[in-house]
Amino acid sequence: MTVATAGTPTKPNIVEVNNIEVIYDHVILVLKGVSLNVPQGGIVAILGANGAGKTTTLRSISNLLKAERGEVTKGSITFKGERIDSLTPNELVKRGCIQVMEGRHCFGHLTIEENLLTGAFTRRDGRAAIAASLERVYAYFPRLKERRTSQAGYTSGGEQQMCAIGRALMANPTMVLLDEPSMGLAPQIVEQIFEIVKDINAKDGVSFLLAEQNTNMALKYATYGYILESGRVVLDGEASALRDNADVKEFYLGTGGGGERRSFRDVKHYKRRKRWLA
Amino acid sequence: MSGLSFAIPGGIGAVLAGLMFVLLRGDRRSVVDTIVHVALAAVTAVFLGYLASRAIDNPGGFLEILVGGLLSGVLYSLVALGFVLIFKASGVFNYAQGAMVLVAGLALVRSLDYLTGLGVANIVAIPLAILFSGAVMALCAFVIEKWVLRPLLNQDGLTLFMSTIGATFVLEGLAQMVFGSGVYPLRLFPTDAWILGEGMFPGGILVNKLDVWGGLIAAILVVALAAFFQYTKTGRALRAVADDHAAAQSVGIPISWIWFIVWLVAGIVALVAATVWGTKLGVQFSIVFLALKALPVLIIGGFTSVPGAIVGGLIVGAGEKLAEIYLGELIGGGIEYWFAYVLALAVLLVRPQGLYGEKIIERI
Repeated sequence: MTVATAGTPTKPNIVEVNNIEVIYDHVILVLKGVSLNVPQGGIVAILGANGAGKTTTLRSISNLLKAERGEVTKGSITFKGERIDSLTPNELVKRGCIQVMEGRHCFGHLTIEENLLTGAFTRRDGRAAIAASLERVYAYFPRLKERRTSQAGYTSGGEQQMCAIGRALMANPTMVLLDEPSMGLAPQIVEQIFEIVKDINAKDGVSFLLAEQNTNMALKYATYGYILESGRVVLDGEASALRDNADVKEFYLGTGGGGERRSFRDVKHYKRRKRWLA
Repeated sequence: MSGLSFAIPGGIGAVLAGLMFVLLRGDRRSVVDTIVHVALAAVTAVFLGYLASRAIDNPGGFLEILVGGLLSGVLYSLVALGFVLIFKASGVFNYAQGAMVLVAGLALVRSLDYLTGLGVANIVAIPLAILFSGAVMALCAFVIEKWVLRPLLNQDGLTLFMSTIGATFVLEGLAQMVFGSGVYPLRLFPTDAWILGEGMFPGGILVNKLDVWGGLIAAILVVALAAFFQYTKTGRALRAVADDHAAAQSVGIPISWIWFIVWLVAGIVALVAATVWGTKLGVQFSIVFLALKALPVLIIGGFTSVPGAIVGGLIVGAGEKLAEIYLGELIGGGIEYWFAYVLALAVLLVRPQGLYGEKIIERI
């Protein structure tokens, strides 16, 4: 259900996910028909509790699913109008779609600068262009420039998150799938990182699809949001509309409400499978 | 022969010191652990003390054995290096490393024989033969990556290990079928010896030229590998994959390509080992047992460490030669054949991750 109509989309969608179903290990059904769109140059948030399917959604777009023995069994995913279901992560990064994994995943034995340079692995546009990108990343994250020669394994959580985002930027992406950037970070650092994400979005026009548990922060910076519960989209809408929605306030923002209702499951049964698409 | 009288008091001293250390630390280790550690410390102290006393008796002879041992240890290091490269980058314990040395050696020696048989001058034939065997190793890497490893992506380490045992048999069989199964002498390096320091020690020190060449080549190889890993884009990607497969994949590094490169590099290391061993013993089937000697080297040095492979090889090489000569007088010969394994066992008791290995932390 959509809380507020977004109106007719003015910009074309960079990513369109149509009613996908994801199964891990041939038996575990994780996504039960998820559809979502990311408009060109937008910041879209996927919200939900642990195990709702946020990470799986991102992984099925970036195609990192296969490494986890997952498989998209139904539905389709397009990036810039092209079906990407069977592309490898390498081919996707070359096309400009890159994922920043949950839990940062920096290369611990490499220095910060080496970490950033690995992000440029797929680029073929020469040293000068890569050096320019490096300077651009350092401009967004001055902290990384200070720590450029230290091993990533010995830097703080916030620095590692910056490093992971910076590393993704080094690939010159148009679409970044950002998985839980707030995980395990102090609120101040989270705010700082979200500010930088907004900055990158505004200056370079990079689109972001954000998976977050920190609903408050995500809705502050995103333009549009989807709420996932046990593998289904239960609610979506403009970020401002979601923020004001009574149910969202109660379940995810922790304000208002009595307390006996904990999730959308207790309220009513939403069906958001677009059967006409499958 | 003042060796034992020097070593025994030293050993008793080491036992006392070890006991005191353990007691003062108040560690909650088991009694058995403590006894084992102290006993090991005592045996090591006696052995080292004995060696020291013998070295004082005849410094020239000692130096000769030590240098010879270190230089032959370089070869163990080379084989161990191939293991470490693959283990680090893909978590695969590659049992086939010894077979790869055999394949490389056979390809080299047989193509060289063929070319010289055609009357090609050595200066042309040797580079051609090296190129050819390099190509054979590349083919090996390609085939193993495509048909052995890729279908087993994300499988358990033990599964991958078993598959490399299978690859070993295939490689050994194929190599002998294609290139023949005899003993083929390889003459790339001089095999005579230098006599050094005649003024300093009576009789001087005998140093095998081949061993020196081997050491030199190994040093060049290690420096080249270090530079490759440190300063090239592919080297950086290799290290990234070794650190975190999933993250490497997420930034678009193609894992299968990286694995191919790793196996190719291991193949080239095998080729280098084969040239030196082949010159020493002739290229023959028994070269695969080299892989078995690399195992204690890896246990001593640590499975994930390049410096560990080198230091481990040197320790094993020097240790077994010294033990053979000096301990052999007391308890009989043949020590060379088991010394490395006993040393590895001792290291496993005290420091299971090896000298340079990363401490394995398993969350239960």
